Amino acid sequence: MTGKREVAPPVELAVEGVRYQIDGHPLLHGIDLTARPGETVGVVGPNGSGKTTLLRCVYGALRPTAGRVLLDGADAGALTVKDRARRVAVVPQDASGTLGLTVREVVAMGRSPHKRFWEQDGPGDARRVAEALETVGAGPFAARRFEELSGGERQRALVARALVQDPGLLALDEPTNHLDIRYQLEILALVRALPATGLLVLHDLNLAAAYCDRLYVLSGGRVAASGPPHEVLTEELLAEVYGVRTRIEVHPDTGAPNIVYLPLDGNSRTTAG
Amino acid sequence: MRLRTVAVLLVLAAALAASTVAGLALGAVRIAPDRVFDIVVGGLSGERRTGAFAAIIWDVRLPRVLLGAVVGAGLAVAGTVLQALVRNELADPFLLGASSGASAGAVLVIVFGTGAFAFGMGLPLAAFAGSMAALVAVYAMARRGGTMTTGRLTLAGVAVQYILSALTSLVLVLSAHPDQIRSVLFWTLGGLGGARWDELALPATALLLGTGLLIALARPLDLLLAGEEGARTLGLDAARFRAAAFVLTSLVIGVLVAYSGAIGFVGLMVPHAARMVVGAGHRALLPVAALGGAVFLVLADLVARTAAAPAEVPVGVVTALVGGPFFLWMLRRSTRTEGITG
Repeated sequence: MTGKREVAPPVELAVEGVRYQIDGHPLLHGIDLTARPGETVGVVGPNGSGKTTLLRCVYGALRPTAGRVLLDGADAGALTVKDRARRVAVVPQDASGTLGLTVREVVAMGRSPHKRFWEQDGPGDARRVAEALETVGAGPFAARRFEELSGGERQRALVARALVQDPGLLALDEPTNHLDIRYQLEILALVRALPATGLLVLHDLNLAAAYCDRLYVLSGGRVAASGPPHEVLTEELLAEVYGVRTRIEVHPDTGAPNIVYLPLDGNSRTTAG
Repeated sequence: MRLRTVAVLLVLAAALAASTVAGLALGAVRIAPDRVFDIVVGGLSGERRTGAFAAIIWDVRLPRVLLGAVVGAGLAVAGTVLQALVRNELADPFLLGASSGASAGAVLVIVFGTGAFAFGMGLPLAAFAGSMAALVAVYAMARRGGTMTTGRLTLAGVAVQYILSALTSLVLVLSAHPDQIRSVLFWTLGGLGGARWDELALPATALLLGTGLLIALARPLDLLLAGEEGARTLGLDAARFRAAAFVLTSLVIGVLVAYSGAIGFVGLMVPHAARMVVGAGHRALLPVAALGGAVFLVLADLVARTAAAPAEVPVGVVTALVGGPFFLWMLRRSTRTEGITG
């Protein structure tokens, strides 16, 4: 409970020994992960390494087969659906089936965890929604039907929806997937600047290195490495986990590791987990 | 409430008044609108008018028009809610088998049991149980494997609807029920001809309570459109809410079908048209769909009893002749936009 103040304080996240299996197939083999309040943590790894499954365990779409997810030290599995939604907001990869809701209506859904089911949105909510739409550059298409938008426009609207949710933890599943490079940078900078703790699944390793405080590299449902980007992203690790040859240097302008991918060489190729 | 919604509701209320007057004036005997007005106003102010016209209007046409308005509104509301529950615009109480389930339940009670149990509520209760069972069956079949496609939903719905209609017809034909063929037509294609004043209270109550409650639940209904996982991350336990909403919707469908038979496509077309006018947010959508459904069914019933006069066409035939092509048009559209599989 946050009392009068609506913005939840940033959440401290701890994932302890989380396993998940479906039909006897283990997808996660005991993941440990932490994010300090306000920290921006990236989860990277090849396709099928368990990134999205881990994220879904964190935001409660999946119940871990074993292990716990702790929000500020309290077991998230014991929270009601609504209490959890007040603290954790999610930007999914995409959404559909909205039967003609407008972008503004979809974004306004983010206010729901703070409302009774029969309660209507007030002027304060409308203002928050308008601000969030401006923040992600979705103002010009706020009145259009959500389903008619391009993938990138939809993604920005979903970010706005998460913003008005006032979360303590923001979980994003490949938030830059459909976006132009300009919006990729804007959205990542926005997430970093928010007071909320951020947990991001990212494909692009250079963006992950530039915008995350710490990274977890998943491989075959296990944590292969974790730590600050410059410690984690090494040529050896990427060869082992992704099966690619790279050149990694600290970029003089950004100070972040900069990865250059080299053409595949049949002899040096290792198989990705 | 937005100005646009209020304007649309006012226009629809005027349309309902106009179609009510038309429903009272037209038929085997034509009565001039000003006479209709006199008789209705006179009747309402307690003055007992005698004469053939007064009897036709007061005893036959008015209860029929009112039942049509109630059933049309209820089916449109039920269709709107079903579409949100399955996140598919092709849902309709009839196409998902709920109306046929209600008919089957009602007929089983009429033929094998007695409608008198449960304080005379046996018929609507059996219809409710039938509609609930059909919806649960269709939903479970369409969801097998975790995802629901338009193809599987509509096929499961149509199959269940056929099976239950066949069962209804079979039971009626084999029973010693007098006037079998007419009751087969009533239960499978609907009819408002049997409307009586003393049987209006229950459907009207079900409509008003059900619609009121569902409008109050507009927010969770909207959240369902974010999908199972999306709704959860926005604070709604979708599975639990959906179960409760299925029960409530089945109740409305069951009570209406118990008095009108299974009338199709109202719950398909009206919500779609309403969405085009006021959008998909349920707080505005549900009242607009309710009034629109009332207007539509009053007019459809007017056509049903005048088009082939003195013979009467089952009202479900009229709604199907309009709604069937509409369904095909929507199916074509949804196939184009979402891709159809399974």
